[in-house]
Amino acid sequence: MSNNKSNKSKMLYTFFAWLISLAIFFPILWTILTSFKTETEAIASPPSLFLFDWTLENYNKVMQQSPYFKHFWNSVVISVGSSLLGLLIAIPAAWSMAFIPTKRTKNLLMWMLSTKMLPPVGVLIPIYLLFRDLGILDTLGGIVVIMTLINLPIMTWMLYTYFKEIPGEILEAARMDGASVGQEILYVLAPIALPGIASTLLLNVILAWNEAFWTLILTTVNAAPLTAFIASYSSPEGLFYAKLSAASTLAIAPILILGWFSQKQLVRGLSFGAVK
Amino acid sequence: MLNKIVMAMCATCVLSLPVIGKTLTIATVNNGDMVIMKELSSDFTKKNPGIELEWVTLEENILRQRVTTDVATKGGQYDVMTIGTYEVPIWAKRGWLNPLDKLGENYDLDDLLPAVRDGLTVNGQLHAAPFYAESSMVIYRTDLLAKAGMTMPTEPTWDFIEKAAKAMTDKANNVYGICLRGKAGWGENMALLTAMSNSFGAKWFDERWDPQLDSQAWHDTVEYYVSLLQNYGPPGSSSNGFNENLALFQTGKCGIWIDATVAGAFVTNAQDSEVADSVGFALAPNKGLGKRGNWLWAWSLAVPASSKKSDEAMKFVSWATSKEYLALVAEAKGISKVPPGTRKSLYANPAYMAASPFAQITLDSINAADPNNPTVDPVPYVGIQFVAIPEFQGIGTAVGRQLSGVLAGQMTVKEGLARSQKLVKRSMRKAGYPKK
Repeated sequence: MSNNKSNKSKMLYTFFAWLISLAIFFPILWTILTSFKTETEAIASPPSLFLFDWTLENYNKVMQQSPYFKHFWNSVVISVGSSLLGLLIAIPAAWSMAFIPTKRTKNLLMWMLSTKMLPPVGVLIPIYLLFRDLGILDTLGGIVVIMTLINLPIMTWMLYTYFKEIPGEILEAARMDGASVGQEILYVLAPIALPGIASTLLLNVILAWNEAFWTLILTTVNAAPLTAFIASYSSPEGLFYAKLSAASTLAIAPILILGWFSQKQLVRGLSFGAVK
Repeated sequence: MLNKIVMAMCATCVLSLPVIGKTLTIATVNNGDMVIMKELSSDFTKKNPGIELEWVTLEENILRQRVTTDVATKGGQYDVMTIGTYEVPIWAKRGWLNPLDKLGENYDLDDLLPAVRDGLTVNGQLHAAPFYAESSMVIYRTDLLAKAGMTMPTEPTWDFIEKAAKAMTDKANNVYGICLRGKAGWGENMALLTAMSNSFGAKWFDERWDPQLDSQAWHDTVEYYVSLLQNYGPPGSSSNGFNENLALFQTGKCGIWIDATVAGAFVTNAQDSEVADSVGFALAPNKGLGKRGNWLWAWSLAVPASSKKSDEAMKFVSWATSKEYLALVAEAKGISKVPPGTRKSLYANPAYMAASPFAQITLDSINAADPNNPTVDPVPYVGIQFVAIPEFQGIGTAVGRQLSGVLAGQMTVKEGLARSQKLVKRSMRKAGYPKK
């Protein structure tokens, strides 16, 4: 009897989990389906879900009109570059806060996080002027630096939370054996914290990939990533929904695939310590 | 031997100087006419060896934010910018745009439609060249109106529009008598409502720059607009903009649509529109007070003062807005695809007039638009569907949100306008109005 009840509640939970997942995934599915429709079918009312003349014409036109692979490469450089650079700074920072805390550590962490609470447009003009004067507008280097700075608080926080779970004695033992700070981080801490570092890296790659404020404001031609590619298919006067959907699908496909393969690490990293 | 090599290298450098070109960065929006310009731009590069073109196509709001930041900070990222009639006078007065004084001898400035040219002229000099221009008009289904036993006058009144919308509405078959913009934004619902309010005798500010949004005329405008859409409009009108209404009209869901004249080419294109053979056009409605509810807008090409390739940029602007370019589009894409609303010669071309049933109404609407005298009573500002002051983007969008909320039933007309009046008053006071 109780087994039967538990099976029923399991089924109910599974059903709700599927329902919520489908609701979350539906806009993406709709975008993908629209990308295979003609512009006329894309605005048809009532819309057809699967029964329409499937076409690859939108992908063909989008690839002809814009240099997709250039934008794709820029997105890869910006997201991977800023995440790696961020890790280089965030790991030592999180190490010091987790293992050598001071009475100001908590305040420092909160202050770092508070920078994320400021609307980006609030610092638009100073940042733009800085970029202009340094001559790094529309450069990959400039965008990598700004993306690193934007995501650094999150990276430091995530790593700090992860490092806090590691017993300090292990690092102490390494120190007793004569390991320098660099060696301690590189050969002792990093291997133990590898899942946390990996999930931090992955999450930041995703965040940097999807960032659509600074990447649109600070780039024009040379460093424009896939967000600019999508933005170029939105029109105030004219129906380009199918082409816009094709461009969006091409832009999100790489990160969807990456997310699919790394979901285990991502979930583990994000939920670490959540049930303590 | 070494000398010879050095000499040869120098000679190569000198000879290749004209070939080492300049690259122009052009910021534009993804409208159909701009897509065609990009496609045909090889004609320009062929005629101007040494000038390469790089295109930055962005969504309208992102483009506006991006180019405004760049031009205001003298970032110098763009050589040619696509901007509208709202930005040109404001930017030109601040010295952010180069006057277009090198468009070439054959450009024929006098061929530009006077209303469009005036809107882009500051201190007697053109500061942006019109690429395509539009006013607004009534677009309606001739078959539905005939079925209702009515005939659209060339100059309809708002009362007639209401009667026709009522007669054409068939909700059981998903046909709605009227489609209008409801999406919040200074260039969305407020473009329509501001132009509409002019015909109702309303105005944004009196001559002392005191906001007038709580006036009876504004109340009448919004009351009429809300009642019309709530009774005869499609569901969810408060989130409909140009594209949403275009989709509704093209799929036969709208009886009357009042919007940009540029829509004429879309709704009569049999490839995309299910109702292409039963569309009629009329001038924007009036209320018998001497003003029609039509606006004026020109997507124009300007050269920012921060561009280091100003001469080359002006060559491009001249090419893209010339009579020769219109002929090039007609030849490559068909006469009905020519960017509308900019040149007299286009409307003197019988082939264009025959191929475009909306052409005469477009011309009449543009010619009738008077941005310098937009309202029934005198006002201190210029602009028909906007007020040409920098603060308008902010206050226009804020009021747009209130009135979109009114349409969605979140508050009454009186409440919406009272809130609008309050927020406009506050913003204007902060901005230093009334100007001494």
